[in-house]
Amino acid sequence: MLAMNYRGPFRVRVDHKPYPEIQHPQDAIVRVTRSCICGSDLHLYHGLVPDTRVGMTFGHEFIGVVEEIGSSVQNLKVGDHVLVPFNIACGTCSFCKQGLYGNCHESNPEATAVGGIYGYSHTAGGYDGGQAEYVRVPFADVGPMVIPADIHPDDAVLLTDVVPTGYQAAEMGGIKPGDTVVVFGAGPVGIMAAKCAWLFGAGRVIVIDHLEYRLDFVRTYAQCEAYNFRSMQDPVLFLKKATDFYGADVCIDAVGGDAAGSALQTITGRKLMLQAGSATALHWAINSVKKGGIVSVVGVYGPTDNLIPIGNVVNKGITIRANQASVKRLLPRLIEHVQAGRIDPKGIVTHRVPLEEVSDAYHIFSAKLDNCIKTILIPPSARV
Amino acid sequence: MEDLASNYAHIKGWGIDADPKNEPTYPMKNYTGDDHRRLNYEKPPQQPVNVEVLHSNERPGITAVFGTSSPPSGMSGAIRRYAFKFSESEYGHWLPLLFADRVNVVEGIIDDLKRGYVPNILAEKGWNAEWKYNRKGLITKLAVGALVTATAVALLCRSNSNEDED
Ligand SMILES: [Zn+2]
Ligand SMILES: [Zn+2]
Repeated sequence: MLAMNYRGPFRVRVDHKPYPEIQHPQDAIVRVTRSCICGSDLHLYHGLVPDTRVGMTFGHEFIGVVEEIGSSVQNLKVGDHVLVPFNIACGTCSFCKQGLYGNCHESNPEATAVGGIYGYSHTAGGYDGGQAEYVRVPFADVGPMVIPADIHPDDAVLLTDVVPTGYQAAEMGGIKPGDTVVVFGAGPVGIMAAKCAWLFGAGRVIVIDHLEYRLDFVRTYAQCEAYNFRSMQDPVLFLKKATDFYGADVCIDAVGGDAAGSALQTITGRKLMLQAGSATALHWAINSVKKGGIVSVVGVYGPTDNLIPIGNVVNKGITIRANQASVKRLLPRLIEHVQAGRIDPKGIVTHRVPLEEVSDAYHIFSAKLDNCIKTILIPPSARV
Repeated sequence: MEDLASNYAHIKGWGIDADPKNEPTYPMKNYTGDDHRRLNYEKPPQQPVNVEVLHSNERPGITAVFGTSSPPSGMSGAIRRYAFKFSESEYGHWLPLLFADRVNVVEGIIDDLKRGYVPNILAEKGWNAEWKYNRKGLITKLAVGALVTATAVALLCRSNSNEDED
């Protein structure tokens, strides 16, 4: 089968790899019909995530048709078209029992701080991902969900990560009706967080980024205000002035470790890798939120140290909420929103690319060429 | 709330998930109250271990399932095994892993060559797309690269000839 193959930082290609096999009674094999390239794949692509081994296949956002099921799988049958949440979750550990599917304790031997994630380095369990023709899906009774007939496949694939992560970012912000919400980052997740902030009753939604095409996009798509931090001397001061010198009620970090905007953070976090990613967005979020406000973090950072203004967290009495989205917990509600037209996930898709052109697709997204917001990869086996 | 809602009539679904009880504790709302039981849950059956699986020393043994993508091998594998002696809280864990990743890149090229496959590194880097969407940037990059190389070569030649004279 064809699959994306990681060869090193900024180097990926498509190769023939062996078909995945059932390795556990609760496994399924899924024939991928669509997968996406995610902003968090760029952290892998840039070589920032430890234990990203050469030969791995990325891709934690995918949907597909069930080809084969293990002996104890009961909720799925061969031929079902399913969307697969990016978290691999057992459904029985004490974290899964709480609905913390992103924090499962039985899917990732390599680390305890993060659960299993498809195609996301060995630090997230060493699973091959869905940027391939076929993929192994563990705990098939827990994660995958049959795609309802009235949900478009392009919407379904965005429900595996982008929509739930954006929604949970807004949810963790504890937004109260009328609140001012600032979202850092106008990538797919930031766009969706801005959109979902309205569902929680935000009174004002402000998005900060540095790419004009993204700012234009988010203004229209999420009906919000959007500003370029490159045109500001100081984003924190700008936001204080924009909120009557009070601070935003809720700040959302939808950027993570690849953030631009601060030379010190860039050099120590991205070039020298002395930090677990450049924490510029988080820094701005903490400093622009009001006293007693809430900072919600869904941006991906590495596991070790970061330079963050913890003194201000204490002095301002900020609540920080952060997690990988627990996709399965949120899906039923999000499907209602899509069906009712309150969220239009496929509206952010700008590129549809054959899997064979994965090298170019990664480069376009990483280098922000051709006004790219979100790319869907289509494997040859899904085109016949 | 009704007054506020009329201001947002242009946004479909405004406030539909607003809940006065929405404290930012949603991801924990299904807390069962017996979390102190810790690892006493019924563990799913164990996936057979037929590849080498490194596991965090912060947990007992390996998880019920795991990925089998790229088992540790060669020099990078040896570095990874060393890294797993340290907890996830230590640089001793993560820095060797990042170093192993770099070593692994070289191993990957050697593997390709051993199989008689010469990797097209420019294509792998997506330079076809660069040529299509950022031709000017690419040409500048190449020109700067050529200039730097030419200058370096010139300097090296000069210092060599100086040495000859001495
Ligand atoms: Zn993603
Ligand atoms: Zn679990």
